[in-house]
This record gives sequence, structure tokens and C-alpha cells, in this order.
Amino acid sequence: MSMKVQTRQVDGVTILDLSGRITLGEGSITVRDAVRDALAKGSNKILLNLGEITYIDSSGIGELVSAFTTVKNAGGELKLLNLTKKVHDLLQITKLYTVFDVKDDEASAISSFKK
Amino acid sequence: MQNKITLPILTSGKSASTLPSLLSSAIDDWQADSARGSLADSTTSRVSFTLDSSLDSVNKLEQTAEQVAQRAGFDEDTTTHVAMAVREAAVNAVLHGNAYDPNKHVIASFEITSDALVVRVTDQGPGLDPDSIPDPLAPENILRGSGRGIFLIKAFMDEVHFRQLHPGTELTLIKHRRPAQPGN
Repeated sequence: MSMKVQTRQVDGVTILDLSGRITLGEGSITVRDAVRDALAKGSNKILLNLGEITYIDSSGIGELVSAFTTVKNAGGELKLLNLTKKVHDLLQITKLYTVFDVKDDEASAISSFKK
Repeated sequence: MQNKITLPILTSGKSASTLPSLLSSAIDDWQADSARGSLADSTTSRVSFTLDSSLDSVNKLEQTAEQVAQRAGFDEDTTTHVAMAVREAAVNAVLHGNAYDPNKHVIASFEITSDALVVRVTDQGPGLDPDSIPDPLAPENILRGSGRGIFLIKAFMDEVHFRQLHPGTELTLIKHRRPAQPGN
């Protein structure tokens, strides 16, 4: 039921590989902390890899939105990578799919960040 | 004929852990009814729980919803949607209704009728006016970090009804069973 996050640095982009569930409680807090940690370390190009996310609820969606605005307000960019069908459908229903910059290829996602 | 299964109050950590077995028993009963062909037009199977105001309860109700939706014959996508809607209703009850108050409970019931799955989630909070919830799709709200729960419930269920209990709110979530599905 829990969520895990691993952090990588590729060409100046911080990639957060998330797996599990982003839901109210532990999952949402883990995402929030990981994004805040990255910003605190001076990284404001953040790519959230959601390929291993099995489930997300309204709290998790809210956390992604909050992460997006937090990074944007810090002068950075936050993008999403590898949406599962469930997450893709949720972002469509909530009209957030066009708010986020969504990528399905890691290399092109990395090169899409402003230099 | 009504086959109503009312389960004991589950408030402590110990008794809450018995929920899966109690649910399993209830589902077995439904299965037996179904096998006997007694889930006929007039038959209703209903199971209800009283849970404490915790995230654990939210997770348990989501899991229960998934199992009951499968039992009702819904396909995988619909089962996922029902489970998500029930999770959101449970979050609403625990977080916004009861505000994690250990002295308040969440009452949930799952009912399979011949043509629908009916889920009721009741809290003991101050009450919820559904008309007061801002539209999460409106441009001014789209970047808000919360406020999408009721919207998702409505998106995933066929009918959603709110009833004020003074105090408390009862949400009724209905998903219609299609004629082609097994068990009808």
C-alpha cells in the first residue's frame, strides 16, 4: 500500500522514480517531501516518473498539482513521465492533462527542459 | 426476500483486523445466493460496517468496495472506478466530516440489488452542502491542491445522493448493473 521514491540526476534534471500509490497520507507526503528536497538542493528541473504508480486518488492528484505550482513558483519546471492508463484517465477527467507537460520518453523529456 | 447481513461495530485495532474475514463471509453468502439463483429480482444482499475515523478505515472501505463490485459482476475498469469513488466518499467522511475525531464513526453499507450496487457512507460531521463545493474544472480552481473528491465520485458513479442527517451527512453512491452482466 505504500509508496517509494528514488532520485536520479541526469543532465541537470532531477528524476524522481515513484512507485506504489499516491494517496491521502503517506503517499502524498512522500511526493511532497521529495519535491521539496529537490528544490532545497537547488534543483528546479524535476521529472516525476509515474510509470510504476499503480493508483492515485484525489489527494494524490492534488499533490501533483501542488508540486507543479511549487516548482513553477520557484522558477523551475516540473514534468510528468510515463503515465499509466489509470493516471492518464484521471488527468483527462480532471482537465489537468493539458496543465501538465506530460512525456512518454525519458530522453526527450530530459532534453525538453530549458537549459 | 431480504438477506441483510449486519456486522458488528469495528472500532478498535483488533476488531478492525477482522473485517476481511467478516466481509469474506458476507461475500460467500452472496456467492451461495447467486449459485442457488436466489439473487432474484426481489432479493437484496446488504452488508454494513461501522468504522473509526482513520485512514485505515478509508483503505478498508476501498478494498471492500473492490471486492463487492467484483461480486456484483462489474468489469475491471468499472470495479476500479467504484472502488475509487468509495475511497473518495470514505476520505470525505473521515477527513472532512469527522475530522479524524476518535469519538465519531463512519458507517458504510454495501448493497447488491438485482439492478445496482448501492453504497452508503455516513459520517457524524457538521454536514456537507454539495452546492457549496467549487467546480474543480473551473479555470480559477484548476490549480487547487484539493477539492476534487466529490467531482470524482460523481464522475465514476451513475447516481450520487446527499442527505443531511443533522448532524452528519449520508452519501449514497449507485452503480447500475447492466443486463448483460452475470448474476442478473
